[in-house]
Amino acid sequence: MSKRPSLFSLVLSLPLLIWQLAFFLFPLLFLVAISFWTVRNFQMQPDFNTGNWVRIFTRSAFWDAYLRTFCLAAASAAITSAIAFPASYAISFKLSERARRWLIFVLIIPFFTSYLVRVYSLQVFLSDAGIINALLGKFGIGPFPLLNSTFGTLVGMITLCLPLVILLQLFSLNFVNRDLVEAAHNLRCARFRTVFLVIVPSAKVGLVIAALFAFILSFGDFVSPLYLGGGNPPTLSIMITDITKSGQQWPRAAVVALTMIGTLLTVAFLSIRFAYRERGE
Amino acid sequence: MASNLIKPSRREFMKMTGGAALAMPFLSIRASAQTVNLSMLAWYGHAEPDIVGEFEEANNVKFTPKYYTGGDNMLGLIAQSPAGTYDVILSDAEYVQQLNAAGYIEELDPEDYHFDDYYPEFQKFPGHWKDGRLYSVITRFGFLGVAYNTDAFTEQEAGTYGLYWDERLAGKLGHFDWHLPNLGQISLYNGNASPYDIDDVVWEALKEKTMTLRPQVGGFLDYGGTFSSLKNGQMLAIAGIGDWITGTLEKNGAPVRSVIPKEGGLQWTESFSIGKGSKNQEMAKKWIQYITSPEGQAKSADMAAYPALIPSKAGWKVLNENNMAEAKRQNMVLGERNVMDMIREGRIQYRQLPVQQSLETWNDFWTDYKAA
Repeated sequence: MSKRPSLFSLVLSLPLLIWQLAFFLFPLLFLVAISFWTVRNFQMQPDFNTGNWVRIFTRSAFWDAYLRTFCLAAASAAITSAIAFPASYAISFKLSERARRWLIFVLIIPFFTSYLVRVYSLQVFLSDAGIINALLGKFGIGPFPLLNSTFGTLVGMITLCLPLVILLQLFSLNFVNRDLVEAAHNLRCARFRTVFLVIVPSAKVGLVIAALFAFILSFGDFVSPLYLGGGNPPTLSIMITDITKSGQQWPRAAVVALTMIGTLLTVAFLSIRFAYRERGE
Repeated sequence: MASNLIKPSRREFMKMTGGAALAMPFLSIRASAQTVNLSMLAWYGHAEPDIVGEFEEANNVKFTPKYYTGGDNMLGLIAQSPAGTYDVILSDAEYVQQLNAAGYIEELDPEDYHFDDYYPEFQKFPGHWKDGRLYSVITRFGFLGVAYNTDAFTEQEAGTYGLYWDERLAGKLGHFDWHLPNLGQISLYNGNASPYDIDDVVWEALKEKTMTLRPQVGGFLDYGGTFSSLKNGQMLAIAGIGDWITGTLEKNGAPVRSVIPKEGGLQWTESFSIGKGSKNQEMAKKWIQYITSPEGQAKSADMAAYPALIPSKAGWKVLNENNMAEAKRQNMVLGERNVMDMIREGRIQYRQLPVQQSLETWNDFWTDYKAA
């Protein structure tokens, strides 16, 4: 059997290729190019000036924001995965086929509403005079500063990622071979141990990719850090808008954006390598 | 023939409908040719129906707005568009000189506008004129002071920028996220009579003072965030704003106000220019004439998006006659102490670009302050 792709399959993959070239590769190359341009009188001028890179990379404010954004995204990925797993496990292993279909539909519902609208509505819950603090106040507790804080930012990020992470984990858990689980039980492996020794390793690829998606969405998120975190202190996405707002420094913003893309590519590469690594390798 | 029209035969009916159908494209071309499309580059609200609706109807004009947030954003949009893209451009005073220096706006004839109706302070507004030539017509202005929650603080307590350091504001002070008004206010608090024209020693002192405010800050907010956090009480005071935000909230019943503190206030100013290379210069001129007329000025004072003070004394008169409540709220009542007295007493300084430091220096400090 020939390993050369057929003309038919090449033609079928053309739209994807054209799309990626036009809307990913070309803009990415353009972003690299403008990171070397200069700005004079609010106008970008083609140039080859490394000053933008030097300026951004020598500012401690940038590295503080970088570390903060990375930690927030990592925390969001870890917490979202931890919250999602029991739900995904229950839906996959404990519910009937019919109930599972309904719950998958329910999980898709949050995507019907704009993320920005959901975040604004969360302000009603999290503000000092909001619903949560009002409830806590009935027990004589609080008020706690839930809004305009790291907590608020994380609530927004987890709200954004949770349905997607549950769905990805769920699809992965559905493919776990039930015979393996049964075999573990027959060999007197306790339920909790079975989850960690049989189910999690079998679904590792899906679980890691779900966490990776949570990291990617949180790392670039602008809405939660601004509207629930109060931009205080700023993340990289807020820093990009700050840089472009004052002096139209799009080339410097391009440096920040490229650093973010580089980080995401590295994290994605390492995660996928980890996900597909066989045990003992 | 008349009976034929009343009861047409099938052939006549076909002829008439065919003729009407063939004539339709010509009618629609003629109709659309009469409508002038006027593009406006402005802050949000200036091309909304409450302001332009009457003018559009009277002159068969359709405005196409492009809204921006901040002068830098405006300059960037113009720099990246071909000449003639924008017919009318609304700009804050500190950016008019830059628009002019870059050749983005047309020279105007002062005779075309209602300067005689204006208070003398606004007839030759600095920056709008260069070498005796006019480039922009002031249309509205406002003050920036202490914007506070009236349930939390008294007007007397809000009568100084020192309120920002009050322990009751820990975590409840917001910044409107733009360095110019915030640093200008703290510069006034530091006793700088010209808050933007300061030497490097005074600039260092300003930076130091500003950094002491950082633990108080609950958030750096954009336009929407400022509105919502003042409305839901999450922030009890916001630095860097004035009645242009609290006025809209106050009119809707929120317990917020702005006052000019004892250290003085800052003044923002908006003016209209005609874009260089505009193909609708006559209609653009007509628009500026309309919005600077007494009726246009009264309308502009009560703009739904954000209210403002107006420079036309004749406009004040119309506002006093037609909308006394708003004239009173904004302290624009003729014949009694009003905002013009505050300007004449020297309590108000123009918001402007830093004179002795670069804009970048101020911006970099603001980034450091936010990250601190």
